Amino acid sequence: MEANISTAEQILTTDGIPLKDSLKKTERRNKIKAFLLVFPLLLFIIVTFIVPIFDMLGRSIDDSQINTVYPKTFEEYKKWDKDAEELPPEEVYKAIYYELGEGDKIQIGRALTRMNYSKSGWKSLIKKTQRQIKKDLKAEVVIASYKERLIEINEKWADRTYWYAMTQMLNERTPIYYWNALDRTYDAEMNVVMQSEERRIYIKTWIKTFKVSVYVTFFCLLLGFPVAHLLANLPLRYSNLLMIFVLLPFWTSLLVRTTAWIVMLQQNGVINGVLVWLGVLSDDGRIQMVYNETGTLIAMTQILLPFMILPLYSVMKVIPPSHLRAAANLGAKPFTAFVRVYLPQTVPGMSAGGLLVFVLAIGYFITPELVGGKDGQLIGHWIAYHLKTTLNWGLCAAMGAILLGIMLILYWLYNKIVGIENIKLG
Amino acid sequence: MEDFVKFERIDKSYDGEVLVVKDLNVDIAEGEFLTLLGPSGSGKTTTLMMLAGFETPTNGEIYLKGTPISKIAPYERGIGMVFQNYALFPHMTVQENLAFPLEVRKMSKADAKEKVDAALDMVELGEFGTRFPAQLSGGQQQRVALARALVFEPQLVLMDEPLGALDKNLREQMQYEIKHIHERIGITVVYVTHDQSEALTMSNRIAVFNDGVIQQLSTPDVLYEKPDNSFVAQFIGENNKLTGTVKSVNGQYCEVDLDSGGSTKALMVNVSSAGQKTQLSVRPERISVGTNASENKFTGKVEELIYLGDHIRVRLNVCGSNEFIVKISNEGNISFKEGDNVDVSWAPDDIRALDI
Ligand SMILES: Nc1ncnc2c1ncn2[C@@H]1O[C@H](COP(=O)(O)OP(=O)(O)OP(=O)(O)O)[C@@H](O)[C@H]1O
Ligand SMILES: [Mg+2]
Repeated sequence: MEANISTAEQILTTDGIPLKDSLKKTERRNKIKAFLLVFPLLLFIIVTFIVPIFDMLGRSIDDSQINTVYPKTFEEYKKWDKDAEELPPEEVYKAIYYELGEGDKIQIGRALTRMNYSKSGWKSLIKKTQRQIKKDLKAEVVIASYKERLIEINEKWADRTYWYAMTQMLNERTPIYYWNALDRTYDAEMNVVMQSEERRIYIKTWIKTFKVSVYVTFFCLLLGFPVAHLLANLPLRYSNLLMIFVLLPFWTSLLVRTTAWIVMLQQNGVINGVLVWLGVLSDDGRIQMVYNETGTLIAMTQILLPFMILPLYSVMKVIPPSHLRAAANLGAKPFTAFVRVYLPQTVPGMSAGGLLVFVLAIGYFITPELVGGKDGQLIGHWIAYHLKTTLNWGLCAAMGAILLGIMLILYWLYNKIVGIENIKLG
Repeated sequence: MEDFVKFERIDKSYDGEVLVVKDLNVDIAEGEFLTLLGPSGSGKTTTLMMLAGFETPTNGEIYLKGTPISKIAPYERGIGMVFQNYALFPHMTVQENLAFPLEVRKMSKADAKEKVDAALDMVELGEFGTRFPAQLSGGQQQRVALARALVFEPQLVLMDEPLGALDKNLREQMQYEIKHIHERIGITVVYVTHDQSEALTMSNRIAVFNDGVIQQLSTPDVLYEKPDNSFVAQFIGENNKLTGTVKSVNGQYCEVDLDSGGSTKALMVNVSSAGQKTQLSVRPERISVGTNASENKFTGKVEELIYLGDHIRVRLNVCGSNEFIVKISNEGNISFKEGDNVDVSWAPDDIRALDI
């Protein structure tokens, strides 16, 4: 029982226990029960969702692996006074000589990939050098100056720019991947600068991703609104049929639908064929509608349309028809009634659908990959590319984190403007 | 004088199979308070909706001040309406809801505000103006709906069970309030309810609906005293029914052989000749107990006595019915108890021979 009785008249239960304690006890039991019920799901979500997200966020700034490969080198490197000496002191050369010669081959290999992001050329330099050092060590060559020996092995060891690039790797945490994801990099003095002209690809893609997502959301709203309205207002047997058409895409593989769009849209495809047959287009004036941004837009709009229609429908379904009648009865012309009475009530549906479509669109991969061709690619393409081809997971993670950030910002904005409690999905 | 509203041979069917309103002919005078009374599903709302312009009559025409209503768009009719489910706009505050009809009529902000405030005061919701409908109780919402229907001062107001959700006290207060407004502004009101006492207290005339057909259209007293048919007799007020066959006709009256034996003299209303089956209807308060009447006299056993203060309800087993109710005003002279046999009788003018 609680010792300090702050309020003069504490209410007791019939058994003499303070009412609050008794209530707390019963509530605790209920809470534990509820918790046990959701526990498996919670565990599942933690393992498959929360942990990976934090892992990704961690990876996007992680630079610790290279620090475990060159601990001694980096330590000596930090002592190098760049203004006084053109090249690093002898100790640095010595440290890297032994760390390359005696270090774990696989770890060095992984570190190499990382080094190459900062300056291309590291990979071949180190590979060649490593081979020579191994021979040296086997032959037990006595080395007077490690600096000269390394420069002798490969003259690039005398190139300051390689050594400068190493500055970027000294910390165990690095923002480099984020800068890279935004077409920026470090120069020799560790200033953030734009990438060279031909390597600026990501900002362009980000903008395009954003643009396509906005367009797709807009078109989905434009096309989805009337359909949802019909769905909500048709007699049951027609609306059921219409609902099946809306849901049909969910029962078909995404891949199949996307390929179907290729068949429809390509230059020798169905639409062009019909237009030529009708004489609208000449045979050599066929329009390029796929393998570009148009293709991405068309296919994505169609594929994401249900995600707009369903929340809209669920909101419209519960707007009583008597509201529009009441508006007319009060003297509002149909248009006024629609704008002042109907539309505001669909806002929760529009925003829920809009948010859903936008968030799905911004991270979309398969469809743009298949129908996007070269200039219809979105950011997902690059994430996949670095994940599978260059194995630059840091960059992938940074891009993923940026996507996540955009979504959180949108969510925050949405909450500010519309209020998250207004979301209605069903 | 030209009728304000005129329903002429209106039929209405939603599905092409069932007529929910059949051959409706009603004239409503300006300033009248007409109530449509009837059981659920009898077509009251439908009738109202046709007048407001949200349903089209399948056949016939409705005239508003002589103009066929089909030629006037719903938003131009200037008919106020209180919907059965209130139809308040959930995204607008109470004030905005009330200002809506004024805004679409392009009334200046200041004038509108004044009217809105006046209307809110009228329904005693002055301090609730900034709330949203969802933050009001059912009864408060209903009053807002009422205020909104009246705020733009329509000549005709339709009310679809506007007091359905109110408790007894508030309901009586609002009945009085509506009646008062009606008398003060002289608007025409078409009112729907299935509460007969509400209909009786408020209306100039009542149209009793059943199955889409008006069973009787007259003033409350006539409806109660002189029901035209057994449905009306049954629906309005309490009623004892007996069945029998007409034996002989004698001017205004007829002699009816009761199915349970015995015979009674009754007023002929809905029967015309001997041999017809008939349902007899007599009000509980028109039956006298223990008198020495010479005709229409029967004996029954008292099944139950219910003390109600100003009067006493007696349930009797008489003429083969043990649901026979008699109301005796309490003058302190009740001399029988449950289980006793008593004599009951009624005047021939008080028992009406109706259809079956
Ligand atoms: N939109 C509609 N479509 C089809 N049938 C309808 C429609 N509206 C009403 N009905 C039918 O018409 C009949 C009359 O309905 P109405 O709403 O007029 O009844 P009501 O007298 O207002 O009943 P209540 O007292 O329950 O409100 C009912 O049988 C109802 O099922
Ligand atoms: Mg109704």
